[in-house]
Amino acid sequence: METVLPVANATAAALARVSAMFNAPLARAVVFGVHIDGHLVVEGLLIAAILFQLSRKSYKPPKKPLTEREIDELCDEWQPEPLCPPIKEGARIEAPTLESAAGPHTTVDGKEVVNFASSNYLGLIGNEKIIDSCVGSVEKYGVGSCGPRGFYGTIDVHLDCENKIANFLGTQDSILYSYGISTIFSVIPAFCKKGDIIVADEGVHWAVQNGLQLSRSTVVYFKHNDMVSLANILEKLTHGNKRTEKIRRYIVVEAIYQNSGQIAPLDEIVRLKEKYRFRVILEESHSFGVLGKSGRGLAEHYGVPIEKIDIVTAGMGNALATDGGFCTGSARVVDHQRLSSSGYVFSASLPPYLASAAISAVNHLEENPSVLANLRSNIALLHKELSDITGLEIASNILSPIVFLKLKTPTGSAVADLELLEIIAEKVLKEDSVFIAATKRSSLDKCRLPVGIRLFVSAGHTESDIFKVSESLKRVAASVL
Amino acid sequence: MVRLPYTTALTTLFSYGLLFAFGQLRDFFRKLIDWFKAKNVKGYAPICLGLEDFYVRRLYLRIQDCFGRPIASAPDAWFDVVERYSNDSNKTLKRTSNTTRCLNLGSYNYLGFAAADEYCTPLVIESLKKYSPSTCSVRVDGGTTKLHNELEELVARFVGKPSAILFGMGYVTNSAIIPCLVGKGGLIISDSLNHNSIVNGARGSGATVRVFQHNSPAHLEEVLREQIAFGQPRTRRPWKKIIVIVEGIYSMEGELCKLPEIIAVCKKYKAYTYLDEAHSIGAVGQSGRGVCELLGVDPADVDIMMGTFTKSFGSCGGYIAASREIIQHLKMSCPAHLYATSMSPPAVQQVISAIKVILGEDGSNRGAQKLARIRENSNFFRSELKKMGFEVLGDNDSPVMPIMLYNPAKIPAFSRECLRQKVAVVTVAFPATPLLLARARICISASHTREDLMKALDVISRVGDLVGIKYFPAEPPKIAEADHDKLE
Repeated sequence: METVLPVANATAAALARVSAMFNAPLARAVVFGVHIDGHLVVEGLLIAAILFQLSRKSYKPPKKPLTEREIDELCDEWQPEPLCPPIKEGARIEAPTLESAAGPHTTVDGKEVVNFASSNYLGLIGNEKIIDSCVGSVEKYGVGSCGPRGFYGTIDVHLDCENKIANFLGTQDSILYSYGISTIFSVIPAFCKKGDIIVADEGVHWAVQNGLQLSRSTVVYFKHNDMVSLANILEKLTHGNKRTEKIRRYIVVEAIYQNSGQIAPLDEIVRLKEKYRFRVILEESHSFGVLGKSGRGLAEHYGVPIEKIDIVTAGMGNALATDGGFCTGSARVVDHQRLSSSGYVFSASLPPYLASAAISAVNHLEENPSVLANLRSNIALLHKELSDITGLEIASNILSPIVFLKLKTPTGSAVADLELLEIIAEKVLKEDSVFIAATKRSSLDKCRLPVGIRLFVSAGHTESDIFKVSESLKRVAASVL
Repeated sequence: MVRLPYTTALTTLFSYGLLFAFGQLRDFFRKLIDWFKAKNVKGYAPICLGLEDFYVRRLYLRIQDCFGRPIASAPDAWFDVVERYSNDSNKTLKRTSNTTRCLNLGSYNYLGFAAADEYCTPLVIESLKKYSPSTCSVRVDGGTTKLHNELEELVARFVGKPSAILFGMGYVTNSAIIPCLVGKGGLIISDSLNHNSIVNGARGSGATVRVFQHNSPAHLEEVLREQIAFGQPRTRRPWKKIIVIVEGIYSMEGELCKLPEIIAVCKKYKAYTYLDEAHSIGAVGQSGRGVCELLGVDPADVDIMMGTFTKSFGSCGGYIAASREIIQHLKMSCPAHLYATSMSPPAVQQVISAIKVILGEDGSNRGAQKLARIRENSNFFRSELKKMGFEVLGDNDSPVMPIMLYNPAKIPAFSRECLRQKVAVVTVAFPATPLLLARARICISASHTREDLMKALDVISRVGDLVGIKYFPAEPPKIAEADHDKLE
């Protein structure tokens, strides 16, 4: 009450002064018998100003939609680009044609060659038992499965194969996919959504990159196989960020990198993962059936319990000599994919004879672990023979069945490098009947690792095969480079 | 198009609301009980947030036994369905070793090549012994065999285009080809009901995606005019290229695409067309050449034709058929060709033999017989179902016929009751179809005989009465001539 009175007094005094000012004799007039006080004049002027502004047109840029004729003209003028760019002269399009099974020795364009271009690591192509089980499957189930897994496309061999793989690896459950590369690019979007964080190696292959892109998560790449770079990035992402507790975080690595032959150091990765609370997605296409004492993969090789790896995926088109892929992990991980993995739900299931081939291949691996020793000695021999080759150097790990040869002095452009390597591969095939393959990169691939020649060593190769390929490569490389 | 009666819509919404309410109640109690138990490992965000898999946990798991039924024989006209049981109210299902012989109305076996065939299977076994189940190599390295080259030429000849390229899986064909053809700065206009593989491919390409109303050439024209006139969003630059993607037969509706009108619109506005014939190649058309043959469209007018071998040819894999330049470009840059294991040689042989049978080049007329049979079977079945009063979607000549169910409770009722009477049907609900439009989908095969179809009609009619899905009045049965005379 005390503050109100002085304020009221002050305003009253101010108003009185103002009206006194206006009650000056100049402002006193009488119109139609009404006393015109000063304040009425001000109010009248204000009203006139308001009416004047209202009566003016408001300035809005005129909205003129395109007329039909204008749209027609635009449509006539528009010229699309051709659907595909013109093909360069002399581009290599057709691949060499095989005329027999892609085993260690095969027939290419009519000639007998030694085959180092098929990733048949355990030498299972041409294995009698596997072919017999496939023949039985084809006679019983036909070739295709004619339906997706949810609609009568689940055949009992699929379920048996999933159980077999889960038992072999020691995980709770596994899920089969109908194609090797569709495995990883269906698994990643099933778990990683917008807003999640993924840290991936920069050398992952196209299928992983496609999965990362489809997942719409934030992706950070670390330097190829460099654990220091990985640790730095993990530290940067989690340091001081309270919200990371609620966001799902993943590390995506390959066990044996297709683009370089390096092996990921799993023990270091698991240590980092447990420190910073990330989940690990491990792509084991080229290491399943190859690494580890009994072929159980990278986890066995490093002595890491398989439960620590959250998601393991692999394509079966390499060591197991069949087609398709699988993903394995805890029961929760696998069950989630049965309804939300697009490559599983919206696609026909794996042909049953390929599933029986997978079961027989895993059986063979369990019964004959000596194939792994053969494979390892072959790789070691090849490394020794190729250690003094001119112009090329081995960039892959001693344990990796992909022996990756890259140019010692790259020309600076990937296209020119590839040209040189293709020439080497063609000469080796023509002159010495050895079939090898240079890496080819798609224009959609974001990987920037150097191109090279990949030799896929198999347990079925003999020592004379290894000698032959190394002799031939040394000779041709010396002449071309 | 489906017309949903008001009462049905209301009852369906009410059912879903009830299920939702019960689901939330159960979630609430589950949260209370779990409060005392530590569920997730400390520090890791859960794999699935509670809201994301609500539908799976509370609605789908209750009727899980209607989906994913395993079989123990070839998916032919009659097959063995493995019986399963559950001890924890459908959360996990365990296999038994008992099987029931059922009539197969769910597998995509349009021409009957699913089981061992007298011409195809010996050739497949021979190629198995010669080439092994897999080549373990990508197409460009050591994965191309004589069979692959032969099949590419055969497919190109069959479809009517200059050349073709093969892939090992139909899904990958779409998702890896579309990014090669159009990238950032391009526009993809796709039908609103296109398959998930096309959606993934479009998303992965980086181009802008617009949708036009299902099977409506008028709306397509409107969208094209608007987009060409306004150009790319924000920068207003003209589009680099425009691709319109449609399917031959839409698998959830059974409808044929209005191809001639859509091609006319695309030609007028210089857009490229991409036709996905996953369900229609081999199944429709006078000689099995797909929707182009059926609707009288010249294959040269469609820029890219894609198809799969899973449905009509009883194998696996997909193909793209187009002009020589496009196929050469794809062979050099498509990731699925450069990085993926090549198609399994026995599967390739199966397709070669199947196409030869269809074309009659195996020396018999079984192909023509199969094509005639599937046409007869589909038309007969569809007309009989309509006469009984079911709401059946789809056009004539299409072997896919969805029967509308609508209410969520009718889905498991229809499916389980049919299985009890030895008929195996496929029921589809959200998210493959819109929430209110659940349906049962029948796929007719050339290996179904007239007796099989009569049995199926009988069972479906009885179950339909029990479940209450005859939404239209049934036509009265025709009085036979003899009775007619007697009445007079």
